[in-house]
This record gives sequence, C-alpha cells and structure tokens, in this order.
Amino acid sequence: MSVDAATVRRIAHLARIAVADNEIEHLRGEINNMLAFVEQLNEVNVDGVEPTASVEDMKLKMREDVVNDGDYAKRVLANAPASDDGFFQVPKVVE
Amino acid sequence: MSELTSLTLAEARDQLRAKKISAKELADAHLAEMEKARPLNAYVLETPDHAKKMAAASDTKLAKGEGGPLEGIPLGIKDLFATEGVRTTACSKILENFVPQYESTVTSQLWRDGAVMLGKLNNDEFAMGSSNETSALGPVLSPWRRKGDNKPLVPGGSSGGSASAVAAHICLGATGTDTGGSIRQPAAFTGIVGIKPTYGRCSRWGIVAFASSLDQAGPFARTVRDCAILLRSMAGPDPKDSTCSDKPVPDYEKAIGKSVKGMKIGIPKEYRVDGMAAEISEQWETGRAWLKAAGAEIVDISLPHTKYALPAYYIIAPAEASSNLARYDGVRYGLRVPGKDIVDMYEQTRAAGFGKEVRRRIMIGTYVLSAGYYDAYYLRAQKVRTLIKRDFDDAWKQGIDAILTPATPSGAFGIGEKGSGDPVEMYLNDIFTVTVNMAGLPGISVPAGRDHNGLPLGLQLIGKPFGEEDLFALGHVVEQAAGPRMIPENWWSK
Repeated sequence: MSVDAATVRRIAHLARIAVADNEIEHLRGEINNMLAFVEQLNEVNVDGVEPTASVEDMKLKMREDVVNDGDYAKRVLANAPASDDGFFQVPKVVE
Repeated sequence: MSELTSLTLAEARDQLRAKKISAKELADAHLAEMEKARPLNAYVLETPDHAKKMAAASDTKLAKGEGGPLEGIPLGIKDLFATEGVRTTACSKILENFVPQYESTVTSQLWRDGAVMLGKLNNDEFAMGSSNETSALGPVLSPWRRKGDNKPLVPGGSSGGSASAVAAHICLGATGTDTGGSIRQPAAFTGIVGIKPTYGRCSRWGIVAFASSLDQAGPFARTVRDCAILLRSMAGPDPKDSTCSDKPVPDYEKAIGKSVKGMKIGIPKEYRVDGMAAEISEQWETGRAWLKAAGAEIVDISLPHTKYALPAYYIIAPAEASSNLARYDGVRYGLRVPGKDIVDMYEQTRAAGFGKEVRRRIMIGTYVLSAGYYDAYYLRAQKVRTLIKRDFDDAWKQGIDAILTPATPSGAFGIGEKGSGDPVEMYLNDIFTVTVNMAGLPGISVPAGRDHNGLPLGLQLIGKPFGEEDLFALGHVVEQAAGPRMIPENWWSK
C-alpha cells in the first residue's frame, strides 16, 4: 500500500500538525518508505493468533474508588501558556 | 578526568562510607569536569546548586553513619525524567520551558537512597532516534573517536547524553530509557554497561511517554556491578503505575561473581543476519567462548520471527507515540503558537514544536490507527508481537537461561552519516535490541571488544522475565573476560 498527497494532508490534519504544501511530497516519500518496509509483515501467518497489547503476566491492579490526590490547581496550571482564575485559557470555541 | 571522577560507582560508595572522600569533593570534581566537557553537549542542563545542596546533606548523613545505598553518588538524569522544579524538555521544542511540579518515581527513589543530581542529560527528541541527532538541543558527541581521525561520532541514542556522560567520566552513573534499544545501543557504542530491565520492573510514572507498552527505564554505568547497584534503587512497586510489578526487588549486587556453571545460553541463529560484519560475528563467537570457559552450556536455538520484530515495532511504537503525544496541544503546558481558531492553534503549535523525526512517527502512527487501516497494520503488528514473544517463551521452555547476541550491527558511526536519505537505514541499528522490548524481557549490553576503528563493541544478554540477576552474573563474566575497561582518550577538555 502507498499513500497519495491527499492522504498525507488528511493524516496531517488528523494528527493536528500543520504541513506546508512544499513538504507534502517529501513526507509522502518518507511515509511510503516506511509502509514498504513494514510490508514484509504480510508474509507472516497470523491466523488464530491473539494480538499482544501487554507483555505482562499480571492482572491490572485495583484500588478503592476514593479521591486520593488533587486540590492543587495552582501547580496544575503552573506551566499553562495562558490561564485565568484557576482555568486554562483557549481561543473561543463556541460562537 | 580526575582521580575522583575515574572511580567506579562502587569504589566511590565504599570510599564515602569509609570517610576517605566526601560527597562534596566528589560532586565538585564532577561539576568541574562537566564544565570542561561542554563541547560534548551531553548535559542540556547543569544543576550545580542542586548538586551542592544534595552533597552537603549526604555528608551530614554519612558523618552520622546514616547514609542510604547511594549516599553521595553523583548521577546524571536523562531529560525524559520529570524532576520537580528542574526544567524537563524531552529535548523537544514543544517542552522547552516545562518545569515539572512533581518528581518521577524512579528519580525520587534515587534521591531517597542518597544520590546527588548533577544535571539533565541530552537525548533524541521524545527518545525517538538511535544517534541523539534528533534532539532539539543539538547532537551529543561521543567521547570516542576513530583511530587517527578527528571526525565527531554519535554516542548512539536515544539516551546519547547518558552514555556520553558516563563514558566521559562526568557522572558515575546515569538514568536512561529504552523503547527499542535506547539504553543498550548507546552503551555498546560508548564502551559502558546499560541494562533495560523487564517491562514493569521500574515505574514509568513521571517519565515522558513515548510508547507505553515498550518503554522501560534502566541505568547506565561503567561496570556491571555499578548497574546492579543503581537498578536496585530504581526498581520496585509503584501504586502510580498500574503496569509496575509488585515483585520484591532483589539485592542485584549479590549476583556479581555468582557462578554461571551449568547455565544454558542460547545462541539464536536468526541473529546471524545477512551482510553481518565479520568483526561482529567474531565478537559474538568470542563471547560464546568466554561463557563456555566459565562453565555455561552453549545451545543453538531458533527465534523464527526475529526479522519481523523491527517492522512490527515501527507500527506499534509510532501508533502508541501518536496517541501519547496528542497531549501536546498548546493548552495545558508547553509551547503555544496562536492560530485563527483553536484547531489552527493546535496545528501551528504542533508544527512548530515537533522536530521532523517526531512528526514523521506521529503521522505514521496516526495512519496505521486510522479507520480502514487499523486491522491491516496495527492489529497485524500486535499479532506478530505475540509470535515474537512466543519464540522466547519456547526457548525458556527448552531450559534456556539467557540468550547471547551482538548488541549492535556495527560500532559507532559519524554525525550526519546515517539516515538522512532513508530513515530505515537508521532504524536498522536496533535490529538486535528491539525484539527484547517487543517481548518485555530484560537485556543488558556489556562492552566486549573493539571494531577495526578501535571503537567499542558490546554483547547483549537477554534474560527471562525478571531474570536480571542472571544477566548481572553473566554480564560480569563477559566483563571480566574482556579485560581492562575501555576508556576514551580525553580530547574534549584540552
């Protein structure tokens, strides 16, 4: 499989990364190189094989559903590019 | 390199305890050498005030005989570990001014045990790279050079700053992270020891995430014993990371010098890749002979899906990265570039904040997870991952205790020499290490010899899940057999 310029633009938008028109062709080449490289996985017979999402032989840990952290809005906001009165500030999203 | 900075971590620890040296002297000696070693660009932030304060506290404790296992030991910290109140960038422009309000679990355990922070170490941006050339804060130089050649070489990556600093004696040990080989490959390139523990051995809490099912923290040091000492402090249960194991942490140092007699060492035939350099296979052969001479039994084994590990990795790792890096949107922390609306702000911020390699991986990850392609790429890669893991499980079932392989397909290369045309050329560096992450196993790289340019070469030992003690015992045998430590000639502070 290989991607065309429109697909590169679509991926860039899905990934929320602005890409200039003069970069599309170069990116297309890079992505297609990668897709050609991973093509060899099609040789492997994976019929009836379960996918591995976690290599660990352990159960996910559970804990009591209680509040055990928080109440430090100032620290949470310490690195915010813009904040006001305990909130993150962003450009207007609702007209 | 002064006398104090040339000590091993274990030697320094023993001399501190015996009050032959002070933590202050040791920290000062390192700070002085760090200043001279700035041309290496290993540290992206030096923290002398921190170091002095911590060393003074250590001296007080040592005087009362209350020192922890690492009391007064100066370390460097990869800039992927969040350090409270100390800038942490992941060597990305998008985090250039980020000052964490919390401390990573791994580093907090090092400080709990008395270690002293010298500064933050350079790495590939978000740990995506094998040469440290993708860092937004500039490449790191290896302290090594080819015989009769002044061309700057890479220290490997992504933990290039950690490897360069340990090899250049500007810290006694360092933290690293390893997603596909980022501890073991740079350790091999710079003639030092590095271990990636079993997935779940160290907490990932407070470490900037790259690919969460593969990422694992581990130490770099100049000897196997020093790595064993550091790992004991770094590892252990953490309620803040649900994938972190509750298994108790053994005293790894006790494994050093343990007999390896009767241990079964697997030699996987699939690692004999096409076009493998003669010096790499000879080094592998020598390693085999060393372990045999120490009483281990050498067994030929097969790991049939080895060649598919790298392509499967280059689907799974970018997929997880594209998801993890979605958080960098210019809203809660990090860089913000204004836009005409909020989506434009996200897109401009991420375009300006991410370097080329990171952008490429996010886009590939986005594509393989997107509707219509998920099954063909991501799901298939995860199934192949099952088969890769099964290969190792079969080897353990056969009674194999550990596996010996080369650490890298070559010695270190020059800055700018690889991957500029085709990124896959750079990715091939991780061909021997990436399988280990896919299966969640521990792997150690130990310096073993030199290539035709006089540069270090490493051997990798792969262990069973939580088989770190075996790796330290076997690694120590390799280290002893390889002879005196390889130390680069100091050209950088002249």
